[in-house]
Amino acid sequence: MLSRRILLPAAAALAVFVVLQTAISAELLNAYQITILTYACIFVTYALGLNVIYGYNGQFSLGHAAFYGIGAYASALVTKIVFQGNPLSFPLALAAGVATAAAIGYLIGLPILRLRSDYLGIATLGFGIMVKVLFDNADKVIPAMGGARGLTGIPKLTSFAWAFFAAAAAVILVRNLIYSSHGRAIVSVREDEIAADAMGINTTKYKTLAFVVGSGLAGLAGGLYAHLYVFLHPSNFDFLKSVDVLMVVVLGGLGSMTGTIIAAVGWVFLLEGLRIVLPQEFLDWRMVIYPLVMIIVMILRPRGLMGGIELGPLKPGKVVRRLKAALVPASGKEA
Amino acid sequence: MAENVSSRSTVLATDGLTMYFGGLKAVQDVSVAVREGELVGIIGPNGAGKTTVFNLVTGIYKPTAGDIKLNGESITKLKPFEVTQRGVARTFQNIRLFPELTVLDNVRIAYHRNVHYGLLSAMVRWPSFNREEEQLTEKALDFLDVFGLADRHAEQAKNLPYGEQRRLEIARALATQPSLLLLDEPAAGMNPNEARRLMELINFIRERFHLSILLIEHQMRVVMGICERIYVMDFGELIAQGTPKEIQNNPKVIEAYLGKGVG
Repeated sequence: MLSRRILLPAAAALAVFVVLQTAISAELLNAYQITILTYACIFVTYALGLNVIYGYNGQFSLGHAAFYGIGAYASALVTKIVFQGNPLSFPLALAAGVATAAAIGYLIGLPILRLRSDYLGIATLGFGIMVKVLFDNADKVIPAMGGARGLTGIPKLTSFAWAFFAAAAAVILVRNLIYSSHGRAIVSVREDEIAADAMGINTTKYKTLAFVVGSGLAGLAGGLYAHLYVFLHPSNFDFLKSVDVLMVVVLGGLGSMTGTIIAAVGWVFLLEGLRIVLPQEFLDWRMVIYPLVMIIVMILRPRGLMGGIELGPLKPGKVVRRLKAALVPASGKEA
Repeated sequence: MAENVSSRSTVLATDGLTMYFGGLKAVQDVSVAVREGELVGIIGPNGAGKTTVFNLVTGIYKPTAGDIKLNGESITKLKPFEVTQRGVARTFQNIRLFPELTVLDNVRIAYHRNVHYGLLSAMVRWPSFNREEEQLTEKALDFLDVFGLADRHAEQAKNLPYGEQRRLEIARALATQPSLLLLDEPAAGMNPNEARRLMELINFIRERFHLSILLIEHQMRVVMGICERIYVMDFGELIAQGTPKEIQNNPKVIEAYLGKGVG
């Protein structure tokens, strides 16, 4: 069933992981470098969620960071408060982060997904600001959430391996979703909502589904983030964080998984790489250089780096071609 | 033949359908019926309210008054996707394909309501997923074959020439497995020769897929050849109905199309 098209890249990804993990185990990389690698994987998961919502379903969201934050806080509370830092609770905490973010995505999605384009953007923006304010004041209800002072004392449980395999799982699940009938229903809403309706697609259901899947992925990324940096502050999840991820998804190319992966990793490496390359007194120029890079990319490739393009196993299946051969009357070629 | 048609059961019946947009009377007291296997036309000058009737039947608009029955059941309050699921498919006057998707995916989306596998079995690629996906791909290609589009299945829909986009839209509508097909000016923008070939195709699919068809057209010549019955609309109201021959000689119709004082 699994073709070479799938197996070879999977083996390559595994090889990359083994090399990096060996380097980490052998202490060839310092803690900072390991953190950057791990964060890059987390960012892939985070951005992939927005790509499902905006890139594939066409629903403009400016509040993705809210779900990232909800996942982060929810999972941090599970490990820190419920299980007193017990490392075995980590999978449960991540699951709690996914479930909370997805559930809130569902609840908020039902009313606001009726809105279109800019109006939806404003509504999600408002939701994002609301969540940030809630985080700021959460200590008045749950003291452990720390409010504006931040949530400290989260056990450091996110290793590079956790982040890598979470990102890999996210990529595989999203790919399988998109290349299924449910995924085509999601994409049809982006392409033409009225036509999708006329094809019997319950557009409300599929908009909600995409929003829930995207929010859940943000929640997973948030959980990993919380246990990587072990400190959460509401400002980590403000409007600018929603803009960051939006830029990465647009830069990579809407509706391209390959593009999201490249742009997310590239974005983290560029920001942090400049920190290493630039002399101390020029560090502030990072925030000039990276917008410039983005402007140049958007001029050269208006549909994003990989707009409409997928590579390797992320391309749509070749099932089609094999079946087309099967349609040709009795050529005797069928295996 | 007239007796034969009238003995068939009624697929679609609208009763006193009325639609106001604010103070604008778009459709007023329109009652049309389509019987099983019939090919019925709605003609009328631009702005007569023909497309509004389609939008009412398919649930895009909710009528101000009146009722729509499909096989005896009221579908007036259903949402557009529910109307499609009950067996009404349509095409649009200004082609609405999924432009960035392949020709094959356009048709596969229409097949979605027949898919049984769940979200999770799709996400983990359960064997039942693969089996069903292969079947539906094959069926979609079969539909494309009927319309001579199978070779272009990997093409993006927006890259097809106009005539093929029209055909793809009909193929996609058929893939929802309707009992009633609504075609909104299928021959728009075609020369007389292309229009004639399209009408032959429509007649062919009606027999092959056992369909009832209601089609809108504003060029009278196009529908005269193939429609069994024709309704004529003008300014939101039905002004005539009957066989093509009756319509052609109806003074009201001639007036609507050509103005008073002719002939």
